[in-house]
Amino acid sequence: MKNTENLGILNINSILYKTRLSPKFLNRRVYKPSNPKTIISFIPGTVLDILVKENQQVRKGEDLVILDAMKMQNIMKCIIDGTIMKIHINKGDKVSKGTVLMELK
Amino acid sequence: MGVNKKIKELQEKRKQILLGGGEQAIEKQKAMGKRTARERIMSLLDKDSFIEYDLFVEHDARDFDMDKKSLPSDGVIIGSGTIYGALVAIYAQDFTVAGGSLGQMHSRKITKIMDHALKMRIPLIGINDSGGARIQEGVNSLAGYGEIFFRNTISSGIIPQISVIMGPCAGGAVYSPALTDFVFVVDKISKMFITGPEVIKTVLGEEISMEDLGGARVHSEITGNAHFFAESEDECFEQIKKLITFIPWNNSRKAKPFEPGEPDKKYNPEKIVPDDPTLPYDVRDVIRSVADNSDFFEIMELYAKNIVIGFGRMGGRTTGFVANQPLEMAGVLDVDSSDKAARFIRYCDAFNIPIITLVDLPGYLPGVDQEHAGVIRHGAKVLYSYSEATVPKITVILRKAYGGGYIAMSSRHLRADFVFAWPTAEIAVMGPEGAANIIFRKEITSSDDPDVTRKQKVGEYKAKFANPYVAAARGYVDAVIEPRETRRFLLHAILASENKVVKVLDKKHGLPPF
Repeated sequence: MKNTENLGILNINSILYKTRLSPKFLNRRVYKPSNPKTIISFIPGTVLDILVKENQQVRKGEDLVILDAMKMQNIMKCIIDGTIMKIHINKGDKVSKGTVLMELK
Repeated sequence: MGVNKKIKELQEKRKQILLGGGEQAIEKQKAMGKRTARERIMSLLDKDSFIEYDLFVEHDARDFDMDKKSLPSDGVIIGSGTIYGALVAIYAQDFTVAGGSLGQMHSRKITKIMDHALKMRIPLIGINDSGGARIQEGVNSLAGYGEIFFRNTISSGIIPQISVIMGPCAGGAVYSPALTDFVFVVDKISKMFITGPEVIKTVLGEEISMEDLGGARVHSEITGNAHFFAESEDECFEQIKKLITFIPWNNSRKAKPFEPGEPDKKYNPEKIVPDDPTLPYDVRDVIRSVADNSDFFEIMELYAKNIVIGFGRMGGRTTGFVANQPLEMAGVLDVDSSDKAARFIRYCDAFNIPIITLVDLPGYLPGVDQEHAGVIRHGAKVLYSYSEATVPKITVILRKAYGGGYIAMSSRHLRADFVFAWPTAEIAVMGPEGAANIIFRKEITSSDDPDVTRKQKVGEYKAKFANPYVAAARGYVDAVIEPRETRRFLLHAILASENKVVKVLDKKHGLPPF
């Protein structure tokens, strides 16, 4: 058969099918559970201000970073109580989506 | 002034306007590998069939020195003509005139031909090649778009609407094609997006070329916004002409019948499909083994290849084919393939085209990305479209039809008129492996050799349920047929359902899971 090159295996309900795998399937985003201890930029933008310092204790709801994106000043808030372990950014940095901005413990 | 002089005057006036944006602008258009709007219309329509309206229309904008500018025909050509003798209404934006920008009179010409098409119940073809709104005309230009979108919507399902993207089509302008039935794109020439690369760069810092953002390939392979991909404008026109032969003028007619011809003998249905349900094959060959002259006109060939849709003819009558494609992603239903199939089913239903469904699927694609992308909502579209469709629905189960996939693919339970199954069909609640693991869990886990027991139980389940006869015993399948009998049964079914009547319950409209 002519069209059967580049076949992969797809497992559906414990049955292994010989078939072509689509680029969309192969490049699909692998799920990662969100971690409230890592603060990630949810959108690309510019760091306007950092409102906390390393080793500072923070409470849930406290402001962490102001990110300028989509013509808005987005205030990123802490969603847990904790301590700022590491800050990876400086004021004025341009960050892409998904960049780790700071880590808590 | 004598008659001759007046005729001469008209000829002069026409000549001027027919030049569009002038020789320089035409040269620029050609340098981009594009034809002029007028050439495009002439290439698409039957020779000498085009009748143009509104050649002398001019804009009356006054702001920003627009009163000093003359824009021939206001940058769009409208009229009607024939394709293989079938009437169509057509408009083509002229990029050589102010970049084909859409102002008030430009849009009024388009809406005039749209109204004409709807009133006369003939298909509408729109060739888009425009820089977008004519900024100088402000809100009048926006009003123009709105008027077009409204007409696209009210005409939907009454007359066929075809959009051809032969240049830029950006911002709000893209919504007209999106509201129409079929979108044709040409490689390197078509560009469609809501926000262009520059805005994306400014706002999000992401850099991307126009081609990678909204080129013909992107819309054919990734977004599913386009239905037909062509390498050149010529190829695109041939595709449009071919499509026109398959569809009726409007929703109260049927497509024109053709002289039927037998399929090519090289497509032998008994040789195409392997008995082992885990092995792939190209389901398009099965379609070619039953369709007149083995002629299958595929739609959205590059998008969600795990389902195949398109037109063929059975006994001379246009027929829509929907088929799981085991060659791609094992033929699973997923977000994209559900979307693709559902819209096509609704198209066929709207325009009196019977649907033949060929079934061979393992079920739905598992995965977090699928669930989070709303496979429930998208998968439901298939159920909705098949249930809602009142055109003849004929189903052939070739091999596996498991679980929800079996129900969704035009099963008897969704009111298929005919359900046939090949002896290789496996109609079951799930694949033998999965089913045996659940039903015989205790036996398998408590066994001294679970693998051997599992294999044995899978074998038992297969022997008992992996066949068409359990469903046939309940009447869910009308006939178990040999593969080589398929065309005969299908021709009978098409003929037998020629005068099918279904009473639809009174309602304003349903709420399909868009």
